[in-house]
Amino acid sequence: MEYFLQQAINGLTLGAIYGLVAIGYTMVYGIIGMINFAHGEIYMIGAFIAVIGFTILSMLGISSVPFAILIVLIVAILFTSVYGWAVERIAYRPLRGSFRLAPLISAIGMSIFLQNYVQVLQGARVKPIQPIVTGGLTLMSSSHFTVSLSYIQILIILTTVVLMVGFSLLITRTALGRAQRACEQDLTMASLVGINVDRTISLTFVIGAGLAAVAGVMVTLYYGVIDFYIGFQAGIKAFAAAVLGGIGSLPGAMLGGLLIGLVEAFWSAYFTIEYKDLATFSILILVLIFRPTGLLGRPEVEKV
Amino acid sequence: MIAAAAPSPLPAALKEAAVAAVVALALAIPMVGFYTVDEGGSLVAKTRFDWVAIAVAAVFAGRLALALWPPAWRLKPRREPAHVAVDGRFTLMKFFGAAAVTVAVVLPFLPFTDRYIIDVATTVLIYVMLGWGLNIVVGLAGLLDLGYVAFYAVGAYSFALLARNFGLNFWECLPLAGIFAALFGVLLGFPVLRLRGDYLAIVTLGFGEMIRIVLVNWQSFTGGPNGLTSIPRPSFFGLPFTRTPEAGETAFHEFFGLEFSSYHRLAFLYFVILVLALITNAFTLRIRRLPVGRAWEALREDEIACRALGINPTNTKLTAFAIGAMFGGFAGSFFAARQGFISPESFTFIESALILAVVVLGGMGSQIGIVFAAILLVVLPEIAREFAELRMVLFGAAMIGIMVWRPHGLLSRRDPSILLPLPKATGAS
Amino acid sequence: MNPVLLEIEHLTMRFGGLVAVDDLSFEAREGEITAIIGPNGAGKTTVFNCLTGFYKPTVGRLTLHHPSGPLLLEQMEGFRIAARAGVARTFQNIRLFPRMTLLENLIVAQHNFLMKASGFTVGALFGLPRYRHAEQEAVDRARHWLERTGLVMRANAEAGSLPYGDQRRLEIARAMCTQPVLLCLDEPAAGLNPRESAELNRLLAGIRETEKIGVLLIEHDMSVVMGISDHIVVLDYGKRISAGTPDSVRKDPAVIRAYLGEPESDAVA
Repeated sequence: MEYFLQQAINGLTLGAIYGLVAIGYTMVYGIIGMINFAHGEIYMIGAFIAVIGFTILSMLGISSVPFAILIVLIVAILFTSVYGWAVERIAYRPLRGSFRLAPLISAIGMSIFLQNYVQVLQGARVKPIQPIVTGGLTLMSSSHFTVSLSYIQILIILTTVVLMVGFSLLITRTALGRAQRACEQDLTMASLVGINVDRTISLTFVIGAGLAAVAGVMVTLYYGVIDFYIGFQAGIKAFAAAVLGGIGSLPGAMLGGLLIGLVEAFWSAYFTIEYKDLATFSILILVLIFRPTGLLGRPEVEKV
Repeated sequence: MIAAAAPSPLPAALKEAAVAAVVALALAIPMVGFYTVDEGGSLVAKTRFDWVAIAVAAVFAGRLALALWPPAWRLKPRREPAHVAVDGRFTLMKFFGAAAVTVAVVLPFLPFTDRYIIDVATTVLIYVMLGWGLNIVVGLAGLLDLGYVAFYAVGAYSFALLARNFGLNFWECLPLAGIFAALFGVLLGFPVLRLRGDYLAIVTLGFGEMIRIVLVNWQSFTGGPNGLTSIPRPSFFGLPFTRTPEAGETAFHEFFGLEFSSYHRLAFLYFVILVLALITNAFTLRIRRLPVGRAWEALREDEIACRALGINPTNTKLTAFAIGAMFGGFAGSFFAARQGFISPESFTFIESALILAVVVLGGMGSQIGIVFAAILLVVLPEIAREFAELRMVLFGAAMIGIMVWRPHGLLSRRDPSILLPLPKATGAS
Repeated sequence: MNPVLLEIEHLTMRFGGLVAVDDLSFEAREGEITAIIGPNGAGKTTVFNCLTGFYKPTVGRLTLHHPSGPLLLEQMEGFRIAARAGVARTFQNIRLFPRMTLLENLIVAQHNFLMKASGFTVGALFGLPRYRHAEQEAVDRARHWLERTGLVMRANAEAGSLPYGDQRRLEIARAMCTQPVLLCLDEPAAGLNPRESAELNRLLAGIRETEKIGVLLIEHDMSVVMGISDHIVVLDYGKRISAGTPDSVRKDPAVIRAYLGEPESDAVA
C-alpha cells in the first residue's frame, strides 16, 4: 500500500511534466492540424537554459532558492518562446497549405536540427547540476517503507496546477483565446472575420514553448541531470499523452500526461524498468486503434 | 545613381534584416553565448559572445542579401508537383538510368576503384535499396512510415540469429529474413493502417522504438546492447572468401586461380547489394503497372474515392506495407552479412529518418531521384569528414530547406503507368 | 414498368441530436433516372452516404435487387457495396485521382476485375497472358467511356489538369467503368455552364438508354432534373415531402412551399 502510494506520487509528478509538454502538441494540432515534431526539442532547450541559468546563478553566489527558480523560470520561458516562434516561422509557415506530409517532414528535420545543434554547442555529455530543492515531507511511515513527498514534487505539481488554471482562463476568457478557438474551427473563416491568423498561430507556438520551458526547468530540478537526447523520448511520450487524452483537447492533454506518468511509474515499480517505454507505446497504439479520438476528444465525422 | 530613379528597397530590406538579427540574437544568447563544462565534478558556465556576434552578423547579412537579391535571380520554390510526362518517352531519364546501371556494374573493375570506394558505394546501394523499399510505402501508397528501420532490424537479426543458431547460410536466410520482415509488417499494419496519415506516422515511429527496446533488453535472445557478433559472411555459390579455407572447401581465389585479395569479398558484396537493389527497382517498376500498384497510387491520391470504387483500402495498404517491409528485411540481412556484427545502435530512429529523407528528398515516387538523394546523403558526409559533428545539423537543415523550397522533392515527375495510344492531334484539319 | 432495383425503407440517420434523414422510404427502378431533390441541408447527400456505406444508417433497410439476388446494403462494408453490389457513385466535391491520368483513373475503377485477372498480382508478375487480355479489355472499356464523355483526346493528361466540367464527366466515366447496376450521382451539374449541363443531360439519357441501369441523381439544376428524370423524390428536413413524375412534383404545393417558403394561407390548395 505504501509502495503503491509512493509510486502514485512519483507518477503524478512525472505526469505533470508530460502534461505541460503535451499541451504544446495538442494546441498546435488543434489549430493547424500538424504534429509539431520538434516540440520535444523545445522542451530540451528549456532544460538546457535551466542548467545554464542555475549554473550562472550559483557562480554568482545567489543562494535564495525561490529567487533562483523564479529567475530561471522567467529566463527559460522568454528564450524558449523565441525558439518556439522561430521554429514555426522558419519550418512550418512557408509550408502552410502544402501537401499533408510536407510540414511533418519539415518538423522531423527541425527536430534533428535542434537536437544536433544543441549537441554541437553544449556538448554530448550529460549535464548534472547540484540539487537545488532538497528535503520533503514524510507522509506515512511503516516499519519497512516510508512514503515521502519531496518539496520538488510539491513544486512541480503546484506549478502545473497554477499554469493549468491560468491557461484555461487564457483560452476561455481572453481575446487571444477566442481567436485561437476560432482558428481551430476554421482558419479561412477566422481570417475573413478579421483575426490575424499568422499572429494567432505564432502565439500558439510561443505559449506551447513557454509551457515546455517550464517543464524543462522542472525536469532539471527533479532529476538534476539532462542531456541533448531527452527531448526525443519526452516528446514521444508527451505526444502519446496528447493522443491518449484526445488530441486538440487541453484538459485531455493534462489527463493523458498524468495517465502516462502513472503507467510509467507503476510499470517500472511492479514490472521491469527496461520495458517501461514499451508500455507507453503499447498504450498509444491501443488507444489509437480502439479510440482514435482519445479519452476527451470529440468524435470526428468523416466528411465525404 | 540609378537607385534615385527607382524607389530603393534598401530601408525595407535593412529593417527586415534588423528584425532577423534581433531574433537571431535572442536565439543565440542562451545556446551559443553560454555553455557549461564539467570542472572538477561540478558545472561551470562559460561564455563565447564572439560566436554570438558572428551568428547575428551572419544572419543580418544573409537576410539582407536575401531581401536585396534581384527577384529574377531567385530560385523559385516549387510548391506544386511536376506534371506527368504525357508523351511517356523519358529519354533523358532512361539515359540516366542506363548510364547509372552501367557505371554501377563496371565500378569495381575501374583502375581507381579501391576498397574505400567500394565500401562507400556499397553503403550508397544499401540506402538506395532501403529508399526504393520505403518508396513503395511512402511514395506509392502515401503511407508515412517513420519506423521503417524496424523491418531493416528484423531482417538483420533474422539472418544473424538463423545463421548462428541453425547454421543456415546467407542465401538460405535471405528469403526467410524478407518473409519475417513482411510478417512483422502485416502484424503491425493490420491494426494501424486504418489510422489517418499523421497518426500512422507516430504509431510506426513507436513501433520502431519498441523493436529497438526489445533488441536492447532481450539479452538472451538478441545479445542486448552488445549485439551479435561473428555472423557468417556470404559465400560465392559455396566458395568462401578466405585466404585459407577449411578442409574440404575451396576458396574463391583458389577456384578461379587468382591471387588472394580481400578486395574480392568487398566487390562480391557490392554486386550482391547491386543485384538486390536492381531487383527492388524492377519489382517496383513492374508492380506500378499492375492493378495493385495503381490502387496504391490511387489510395495516396484519394482514399474515399477508392472505397467508392470497391477497392479494399486496408488490404491494399497492407500489401504495400508488407512488400515494403520485405525489401527492408532483405536489405537488413545484407547489412548483417556485410558487417558481420549488428547491434541495436544501427537501428535507431535517426536511421528511419535518414531513409525517409532519401525518399522525400529524391521526390516521392521517383526511382532515379532516390538514387541521387542516397548518393548525396552518403557521399556528402564522407567528403566533409572534418564537419562530421555538423553533419546531422546540416542534414536537419537540409530537410527543412528542401521541404520549404520543394515540398515534392528534387525530382517529382511521375511517369504514367499506362498510355492510351492516340492519333496525333489533327490541328490542321 | 421496369423492375424495382433499390428499395429504401424507413431510412433514418441521426448525428447526435440532429436527424439528417427521417424515416425515408422510396424505390428506384432499373433503366430509370430517379432524382432526389430538396433544399440545401435536406439530407440528400446523407442518403447517398448511407447507400454507399460511408455511414451506417441508424435505422432502416436498403435492399438492392442485384441480378445475383437481393443484397442488404446497410449490412455491407463500404468498399464491398461498390465491389460486390455494383453501386457506383460520384461526389459533390469531385474526388478524382488528380495526379493520375484520365486513363489511369478509369483503369483503377476496374481494380477488382483486373485484380482477379492478375491472379492477385502473382500471376501477372510472371506475365500470364490472361492478365494482358484483361488489361486490354479494361483499356477498351476506358476508351469507350472516354469517347462517350468526349474526353478521349486527353486520355493521357493528368486528371487534375482538366477544367471543372470535364472533371465532372470524368468522374461519371470512372463510375461507369466499375460496371455498376446502380449509379449514384451527387450534383453532377453543379458548377457547369448551360452548354455543359445540356451535354450532361445527353450523357445521362444515353446511359439510361444503353446500359439499362438504375440512376439516382441528386441535383439542384432543374433543367437537368426536369429534363431527364423519370421519377422525383423531394426531401425537406430529412423527410420525404413529395414523390412522383416531374410534372406531378412540379405542381405539388408541398414542394413549392419547401422551395419558396410559406405562402399566404389561402394559396394552399
